[in-house]
Amino acid sequence: MSEVTKKTVVVTRFDPDQDEVPKTQSYEIPVQSDWKVLDALNYIKDEVDPTLSHRWSCRMAVCGSCGMMVNGEPKLTCKDALSNYGNTIEVEPLANFPVVRDLVVELDGFMERFKKVKPWIIRAKELAVEEGATRQSPQELADFKQWSMCINCMLCYSACPVVGNDPHFLGPAAIALGHRYNMDSRDEGSAERNEVMLEEGGVFACSYANECSEVCPKDVDPAAAVQQGKALSLLDWAKGLVLPRGSE
Amino acid sequence: MEVIEHDVVVVGGGAAGIRAAIAAIEEDPNVSVAMVSKVYPMRSHTVSAEGGAAAVAREDDTLEMHGYDTVKGSDFLGDQHVIEYFVEEAPKELTLLEHWGCPWSRNEDGTVATRAFGGMTTKRTWFAADKVGFHMLHALFQHSMQFDRIVRYDEQFVTRLLMEDGAVKGVVALDMRQGEVRLIRGRAVVLATGGAGKCFPFTTNGNIKTGDGMALAYRAGVPLKDMEFVQYHPTGLPGTGILITEATRGEGGHLKNSEGTRFLVEYDYGLGTKAELGPRDMISRAIIQEIQAGRGIEGPYGQYVHLDLTHLGEAKLKERLPFVLELARTYVGVDPVTQPIPIRPVVHYMMGGVDTNIDGATDLPGLYAAGEVACVSMNGANRLGSNSLTECLVFGARSGRCAVAFARGASAGDEASLRAQGEEEAHRIETLRGKNKGGETIAGVRREMQQAMEDGCGVYREQGSMDAAVSALAQLKGRYADLVLRDTSKVFNTEIIAALELGNMLDVAEAVAVSAAQRQESRGAHTRRDFTTRDDQNWLHHTLCHFDPAGPRIDRKPVTLGHWEPEERKY
Repeated sequence: MSEVTKKTVVVTRFDPDQDEVPKTQSYEIPVQSDWKVLDALNYIKDEVDPTLSHRWSCRMAVCGSCGMMVNGEPKLTCKDALSNYGNTIEVEPLANFPVVRDLVVELDGFMERFKKVKPWIIRAKELAVEEGATRQSPQELADFKQWSMCINCMLCYSACPVVGNDPHFLGPAAIALGHRYNMDSRDEGSAERNEVMLEEGGVFACSYANECSEVCPKDVDPAAAVQQGKALSLLDWAKGLVLPRGSE
Repeated sequence: MEVIEHDVVVVGGGAAGIRAAIAAIEEDPNVSVAMVSKVYPMRSHTVSAEGGAAAVAREDDTLEMHGYDTVKGSDFLGDQHVIEYFVEEAPKELTLLEHWGCPWSRNEDGTVATRAFGGMTTKRTWFAADKVGFHMLHALFQHSMQFDRIVRYDEQFVTRLLMEDGAVKGVVALDMRQGEVRLIRGRAVVLATGGAGKCFPFTTNGNIKTGDGMALAYRAGVPLKDMEFVQYHPTGLPGTGILITEATRGEGGHLKNSEGTRFLVEYDYGLGTKAELGPRDMISRAIIQEIQAGRGIEGPYGQYVHLDLTHLGEAKLKERLPFVLELARTYVGVDPVTQPIPIRPVVHYMMGGVDTNIDGATDLPGLYAAGEVACVSMNGANRLGSNSLTECLVFGARSGRCAVAFARGASAGDEASLRAQGEEEAHRIETLRGKNKGGETIAGVRREMQQAMEDGCGVYREQGSMDAAVSALAQLKGRYADLVLRDTSKVFNTEIIAALELGNMLDVAEAVAVSAAQRQESRGAHTRRDFTTRDDQNWLHHTLCHFDPAGPRIDRKPVTLGHWEPEERKY
């Protein structure tokens, strides 16, 4: 084992069955020097207080379950080293989401927005399996690859100043996902998607604070997707003026 | 109690579950499908698979070669008709995924790139850098969102199968957010809940891999097959068990001991020129032997060996293995560009599972299973890396189609009788909530179970240690009844979920230990110090483990051979 020290973890507690408003609870626990914030929460759950509720699974920064606010910043807790912090660490549920219980937030709104951008390949005529795999050059892959790396951890929604104020805003991850399909050489659905992008709460609701890209634990750049999405959707819109929908 | 009705209920939202749900819609666009998962589908453990998915794609490859590699990898315990079907369907399924947007890595000419993998004679593993499970899962999940006839029930934990006249009629699910139990009726049910790595202390598996589907089927009377075969992946990070993909070796990485020697080349481990591209069971044994020969490296979490990628160069690592760079830097503070990565064998995959036929059908009418939860017998005693992601697609799809066909001719069952089962289950869960009388903790019992499994069912096994695990598990099952639970809330009560998961794991772990203790030979991943060779005369058959309140009951089932005759497994 690595070196063990003591730290105080201050956790937001909220049980809608019993509490009117969230409260905090402090746990002083022994921690190992190689622990992540999630390890501390799991220690509390297993050894100190089994009533604590939080989500986690892969503990290798790819399933996206364990996003929380750590000392006020949205973090993926399985990737965030405890050694980044002093002797007291505050852990809260992700900002800008309704809280279900303790550190668990509600994702319904996100899942709806996610579906709204039609995150699937749209083609005028579907390919048959017999036609084999589509050709796609390494460059064409690179054109959208980075926006396919989002793990849906929701950190960008917590960081985004618009998400907190505008309930219609699609938000960084959903826009980046729509953009990912728009940029995919196999896709023909950008016109449909750009209708959504141009709606109220679409790309133009973004104030370009860039917070989303800064907090992303997977180095996705949703802010760039939003900016590119603005240009591309306007282009579609402009083309639409020349070519009304349905004509060719 | 809320009662919902669908035609087909899929339990699990990983690669196999989503593929089954989509296949059901493909088979009949009017069918209504429930996809019930204890997590949001994109959290499913498929997401953690890294290295790739196998299917013949190159001119120099054939279905025959993929079939033979898989049969040989299985140590001849795979059912050959299943493997033949698998290799034939594999390219179609991966092509479908391509059409659905999976960002497969590409060759310069735009064709899909393939890489080398352990036990495969040529490059046939399709990949999307080293996050293949992640990309496959997200492509599948996103593709599935366009089908309104697939209705998702996220964060709903299935605790029981609904039965009538010896057939399955749906499931009972605990809605984690509300804390309420509901009935989700269906004339066919597909289990796609994945594996059970969390029965062990040191595993690549995520927290959710608790053998839920295996336990559901087992208690409903379906045997678990070949449970003794537990795959140890050769390269996990010490301490956490985080997976470092086999693609590191596929791309040319070396395993080295404390002397800096490539031991798979310098010493005879039966791998011939395959060396680092040997199958997982043999390489895991070689690492343990190196450590036991005193050529391991001492670390804070025990002895390990090195995975050296430094000669591959930063450019290649960034292009092909970016996730490995991120994982090594984040979780062991090692930069693979300049330093070797500490690794040791780690529990990764269950070859065994719910006994099914090639349709994914169990002997319980209406119940299907696909993916890691199932044992369709394509992996036998040792799975080849990159076959399982493809397996999820091939047999997920077939199970989904077959479930629709079955549902067409099946009755929906009598609501009153199903409701009564639901009430009974609701009562069981309610009794567990805040159950404040008892002397055992969830974490305590879980820890002892995991230790028993590591001690008894590790890479190397012998009668005494396996028997000790069997009795430890029987005893732990008794102590499970004495659990104390403190969380009285209905809302997102993860303590109840953990208690139910532990119950599932205890059943599955016991099936593993009992199955292992009776097989008196060494085959694939089941390696005994007291029976060191394979014994086709007496043991070329599958193990069936039946649930019995008095303790597991062992039975056997023939292996389906074909045109590949069993031979000595040498590389």
